[in-house]
Amino acid sequence: MSAPAGLWTVTRAVARRNLGSYLRRPELLLPSLLFPLVFFASFAGGLSALGHLPAFHYAPGYTTFQYGFILCQTALFSGLFTAFSLAYDLETGFARRLFLASANRTGIPLGYAAVAVARAILAIAVVTAVALAVGMRVEGTPGQLVLLCVLGLLLVLIGYGWAAGIALRFRTVQAGPAMQTPVFLAVFLAPAYVPLQLLRGWIHSVANFNPVTYYLEATRGLLSGHPEELLAALLLAAALAAAFWGWTQFNLKAAEAAG
Amino acid sequence: MLTIALRAFLKTVRQPFQLFPLIFFPAILLAINASGLTAATELRGFPTHSYLTFAIAVAYVQGALFALVNAGTNLAEDIESGFFTRLALTPLSRAALLGGLLIGIAAVGVLQSLVYLLIGAVAGAHLHGGLPGAFLLLGLGAFASAGFGAGGIAAALLLRSGEAVQGLFPLFFVLLILSSANLPRNLLHGWFHTVATYNPFSYLIEGFRAVYLSGFPAGPLLGAVAVIAGTWLLFGSAAVALLWRSLRPG
Amino acid sequence: MSTPPDPAIRVEGLVREFPGGLRAVDGIDLAVSKGEIYGFLGPNGAGKSTTVAILTTLLPPTAGRAVVVGHDVTAEGAQVRRKIGASLQQSALDPYLTAWEHIRLQGALHGLPRPHTQRRGEELLHRLGLSEAASRKVRTYSGGMQRRLDLALALLHEPQVLFLDEPTTGLDVQSRTGLWEEIKALAQRGVTVFLTTQYLEEADLLADRVGIIDRGRIVAEGPPSRLKAEIGRPALEAIPADPASAAGLAKLLERFGEPLSLGTTDGVSIRLQGGTGELAEIVRAIDAAGIAVADLRIHAPTLDDVFLAKTGRRLEGGGEG
Repeated sequence: MSAPAGLWTVTRAVARRNLGSYLRRPELLLPSLLFPLVFFASFAGGLSALGHLPAFHYAPGYTTFQYGFILCQTALFSGLFTAFSLAYDLETGFARRLFLASANRTGIPLGYAAVAVARAILAIAVVTAVALAVGMRVEGTPGQLVLLCVLGLLLVLIGYGWAAGIALRFRTVQAGPAMQTPVFLAVFLAPAYVPLQLLRGWIHSVANFNPVTYYLEATRGLLSGHPEELLAALLLAAALAAAFWGWTQFNLKAAEAAG
Repeated sequence: MLTIALRAFLKTVRQPFQLFPLIFFPAILLAINASGLTAATELRGFPTHSYLTFAIAVAYVQGALFALVNAGTNLAEDIESGFFTRLALTPLSRAALLGGLLIGIAAVGVLQSLVYLLIGAVAGAHLHGGLPGAFLLLGLGAFASAGFGAGGIAAALLLRSGEAVQGLFPLFFVLLILSSANLPRNLLHGWFHTVATYNPFSYLIEGFRAVYLSGFPAGPLLGAVAVIAGTWLLFGSAAVALLWRSLRPG
Repeated sequence: MSTPPDPAIRVEGLVREFPGGLRAVDGIDLAVSKGEIYGFLGPNGAGKSTTVAILTTLLPPTAGRAVVVGHDVTAEGAQVRRKIGASLQQSALDPYLTAWEHIRLQGALHGLPRPHTQRRGEELLHRLGLSEAASRKVRTYSGGMQRRLDLALALLHEPQVLFLDEPTTGLDVQSRTGLWEEIKALAQRGVTVFLTTQYLEEADLLADRVGIIDRGRIVAEGPPSRLKAEIGRPALEAIPADPASAAGLAKLLERFGEPLSLGTTDGVSIRLQGGTGELAEIVRAIDAAGIAVADLRIHAPTLDDVFLAKTGRRLEGGGEG
């Protein structure tokens, strides 16, 4: 008889299977790598004229400015799309196997979370390589870039935690719009294209209260070497990541109760 | 044919999961971009003081793009469920079947164009073309939706899977954003300007945009009409050929 | 039947109610001895799969108690899962993984050492005829192969109790027979098997005891032979070669049992008084009377007859969707 499989054993097993599936299936792997690139090309390339606005003051330039947005977007969406895989496994019944075999079921969503982080690292590595190749300037110190990674990790967990909770609650990929739409709105109701001070009208008011604005500003600040309100952004990100993890756990219990 | 058209129309409008990307998603994106990119109007050479007026054309084209996905997904579902085979066993001619599907898609195109017209009017987009321009937009929307819808039909007949048809959306979405969707071509630089110049979506968007900005300028309108005609030719031919092959006796 | 000492499965007053008031399981009591094959038989919607979901810790009960291998399914779910295996109605396989990848995943989830997983996996794949296909993705497998892989995964960690939820539904005859052989072999090795099925033949053939469930309640329980014997004696149907002699045949057979209608138009049927032991005497009597008989059949009571007697409905072809 086996020794009881602990939390990390289950987490590792789930993560290994999901990461293997992701790397092996082009229909999952390629879009996740290509879309950040396409968005980067479209925004940094197609909107580069905005960098010439008199009120646009960002020393590293518009390419780096957009790269910061792509970083945040990719981190959040990597978490989100990993939760899609969880929803799919729940709907098709494969998750039942995981529920049946796992002594500690918390390891199941934790395993998917680990894969979300891995997917984000891969996608961001690709877009970073391309951005550097086209001359993006990064003026942050090594220490600031480490903090940038920490912030990115927290964003992945925020995107994943929110969507995984929805996936466990509804247990179907039909819940995709419910998972995706709030994240999409949060990302774009922020200074996506221009700095906060250049936003006009209602979107400026919304962006002021949008947590993503803080993450964006912190990300761009770290890239430029002049982070502002970094501590607030990190604490807010950590708090939201913890809150959404609680949301995932709450819905895991609901999934167990529903069978 | 009209029965088929009505079914195609109702199948779409009765499903919230299809209506959302068709109508509401472009509208949401428009609201976000119109507000988020207002600063772009301060660029020298930007053709209008209202980014909303500039950008609303993209919603029409997005709607046409979603028509491709929805038409393809709906037909793929009918193929997978066997309903398509049942239709083929009726006296209904192939031309009537295809025509009916395209009329239904065009009707949805009119509906979504009407929604964008109203949203634009309420939000303050200035339609230089006035009432005739509004009718022109509805017509362009209908024909563009039908042209792309033919592409969805061809994809469904070829791939025979709704999931596979939906997988085409990212490809066309990429073409949409690598165009003059967000800035006019005179403000695009370098490789992006080159890509946008060769991208048919640029001309389609510029045609719809021209009705808002200038009324009835021949150049941009002809460009849009040419792109729509191209989709009818390319996708329509593919749809006809694949439909005939699918329903071949024996 | 009295509760066996230290049963592998003990259920007391089990209830599962779903939103809207539907009671899929409505007060079930049962006990399954170690090493027994317990057949849980009932029509679609009777509550079989819901019961299995509760016993395998996938669904909490609304009321009542279930103890599996000495652990309460609600309070000690992790301990239960260590000791049970389950092959449910849905095979729960990833179409993009190979059989070996499934085995490694299952082994890792149970905390099995890798060499043990490897050894056990080889053994099970060989036994279930999947060795050659083990490196292929599951989406290339037939339905029978998927069921066998599912069974292999359920057995990987050498469970004490195996739950099988309609394991042969949708399988061809050959696959079904092969699976039956495997189930019998498992029981011989001391594994307790809790098997749900809607197939009478399966329950009859495999189960040491059968519990018949209808609308969330057990309506009959016991060894199949005893349940059938309680319902009644066998029936005899004689079809005369000349329909004109049917009346004479009926009169002759009256002294062997009471007349019975089996729904056939050209045969004469009786419920045998003395059981099948009287068959020889019946044949001699028919021969002595000079009545030519085209066919002579014995109809033994089936579990379907048991279900009919308890519920007023047929189990096969008469269950609710």
